[in-house]
Amino acid sequence: MSLELRNVSLKQGQDSIIDDVSLLFERGTMNVLLGPTLAGKTTLMRLMAGLDKPTSGDVLVDGVSVLQVPVRRRSVAMVYQQFVNYPSLTVYENIASPLRVAGLPKAEIEKRVADASRVLRLDPFLKRLPAQLSGGQQQRTAIARALVKHAELVLLDEPLANLDYKLREELREELPKLFAATGTILVYATTEPTEALLLGGTTATLWQGRVTQVGPTPSVYRSPANIDAARVFSDPPLNEFTTTLSGPRATLPRGGDIDAQSLLPNLPDGIYRIGFRVEDAKLGTVSGAPLAFPGQVAVTEISGSESFVHLDIGSGTWVSLVLGVHDWKPGAPAEIRIDPARIFVFDEGGRLVRAPEARIARTSALV
Amino acid sequence: MMDKPWNNRAWLFVVPVLIIVLFSSLVPMMTVVNYSVQDTMGQNNFFWNGVAWFQGLLDPTTDIGGRFASALVRNLIFSIVILCLELPLGIAVALCIPKQGWKVGATLVLIALPLLIPWTVVGTIWQIFARQDIGLLGAALNAIGIHYNDTQDPTSAWATIVIMDVWHWTGMIALLSYAGLKAIPDAFYQAARIDGASRWSVFRNIELPKLQKVLVIAVLLRFMESFMIYTEPSVVTGGGPGEATSFLSLDLVKIALGQVDLGNAAAMSIVYYLITLTICYVFFTIMTQLDQRKGV
Repeated sequence: MSLELRNVSLKQGQDSIIDDVSLLFERGTMNVLLGPTLAGKTTLMRLMAGLDKPTSGDVLVDGVSVLQVPVRRRSVAMVYQQFVNYPSLTVYENIASPLRVAGLPKAEIEKRVADASRVLRLDPFLKRLPAQLSGGQQQRTAIARALVKHAELVLLDEPLANLDYKLREELREELPKLFAATGTILVYATTEPTEALLLGGTTATLWQGRVTQVGPTPSVYRSPANIDAARVFSDPPLNEFTTTLSGPRATLPRGGDIDAQSLLPNLPDGIYRIGFRVEDAKLGTVSGAPLAFPGQVAVTEISGSESFVHLDIGSGTWVSLVLGVHDWKPGAPAEIRIDPARIFVFDEGGRLVRAPEARIARTSALV
Repeated sequence: MMDKPWNNRAWLFVVPVLIIVLFSSLVPMMTVVNYSVQDTMGQNNFFWNGVAWFQGLLDPTTDIGGRFASALVRNLIFSIVILCLELPLGIAVALCIPKQGWKVGATLVLIALPLLIPWTVVGTIWQIFARQDIGLLGAALNAIGIHYNDTQDPTSAWATIVIMDVWHWTGMIALLSYAGLKAIPDAFYQAARIDGASRWSVFRNIELPKLQKVLVIAVLLRFMESFMIYTEPSVVTGGGPGEATSFLSLDLVKIALGQVDLGNAAAMSIVYYLITLTICYVFFTIMTQLDQRKGV
């Protein structure tokens, strides 16, 4: 089976919740919807499931429009950020519930529930009620309910967001494997770029109801089509500044200018937005080098073996990722050096002009 | 050992509360206890009477004991009947409240309206409503040939006060249930739709279990209030016809103020209070233990 969204839009009053989205999902693939909260991930999933109807555009399964097919007759399963189970039914009955509704024979139900509870390690809890389980077990029950259904489309809406770190790691690894065996279309919504990278597959970045880019996850990360996709796919946020290129000189955010060839070689005059990721912001003591931006340390966040140093450079705050534990005191003078080979350059309209490793991505969403 | 600084000023802050509690509950309560173990012939002469008042009250073969027992049974029947009507009706109303738009506010205000009317006014409204000569309900029923007379026929009297109570209080259960329903995340309904669950199954397996806690509170509140009901039947039927709607509180007032039989009235007050307390305690304990066993 394949699922296609063709120019799908959803409006609520004047507001465009989903704006002209076209996406194609193939059988047996892992698809990530990456976007911040309110980008429209959940709404898009509701449209795919058939819970809502788009105001314009079409949803097609194997090339046939399914807009008129009610949700119960579509082959869909969904897992939510909240742990959604029937509170008055035991774990066993919860997992069996979609099969009972479908009217499967008893033996088949027993077999499927047994299989699902074994892979999700729910065997000891089958007789319990959801409220007697830990959060991880509750979510595994919800996942089992999606798994037994053998649905052709499985929608996972930030399924791990409410779990603790260890469980998240564990389930993130298991989930794609579990569903890969069933040959389903797996769609996974997340706000975390790291999660998208770990899941692999294909990623579509969402920004304010629009799909800003689609492609294999690592390549979307390496060469975002535009500034919105780059922002969505950077955590901590992208460091940015604006520069005006005229002739041989390019302006700098702190005032003054530098030789344009050292920052933006071979580009026509104009206003450009420069972005670079935290790992490409090299922190050091003030040297006065041409592509160094001096400032004061605002905060240092130490996360285990890495430190995130926030530097106030006057026109805003930039973040630098430094390996190892460094205790930069707030207020200490420091500078961030950027490597012209490691920057993203966007034009005034936000389209990518230049990406690191001298690769320019093909722009716009491919269907 | 804990070494807390001893500060006598702390007592000073507690004193106002103690005084209020003393005069609002403890002193009146002790007065009642006082009356219940003594007999008086007036002129402030009191004689020790032991537990004789209680013995008489709890023995259904005596005159006062019989009155008490039958009033107690009437009270219990009344509470059970109104709970059986108001609970399902309240939940049903809550399920029908619109989901969004201006209609929500309008509906909620309309539902809450009877709750805002003073109880004596509710009684008066229904007393007039039920009259056979000018009352809308009474006159209409008799006009279509149904024998209805709430001052002479016990069934009519009961029907009137039961319907009045349902009219008065179903709104509260509806509002409580509505609040409970609002607290259910939308994802549950979505999941049920994706499963293809029926409307009944959504109610049975999602809404009802999620409403359970709210309903326990609703039942407790309605039971206590209906078990102590006084104002409305006192205005509508005055406990009649005969003794048909003479509930414990009505009977108590008759004995205490009508017959100035202070000893019996005091004993009755205490037993009445203990019964209410016990039933509520037992009910609450059972419901919370059920909760714990299910881990809801």
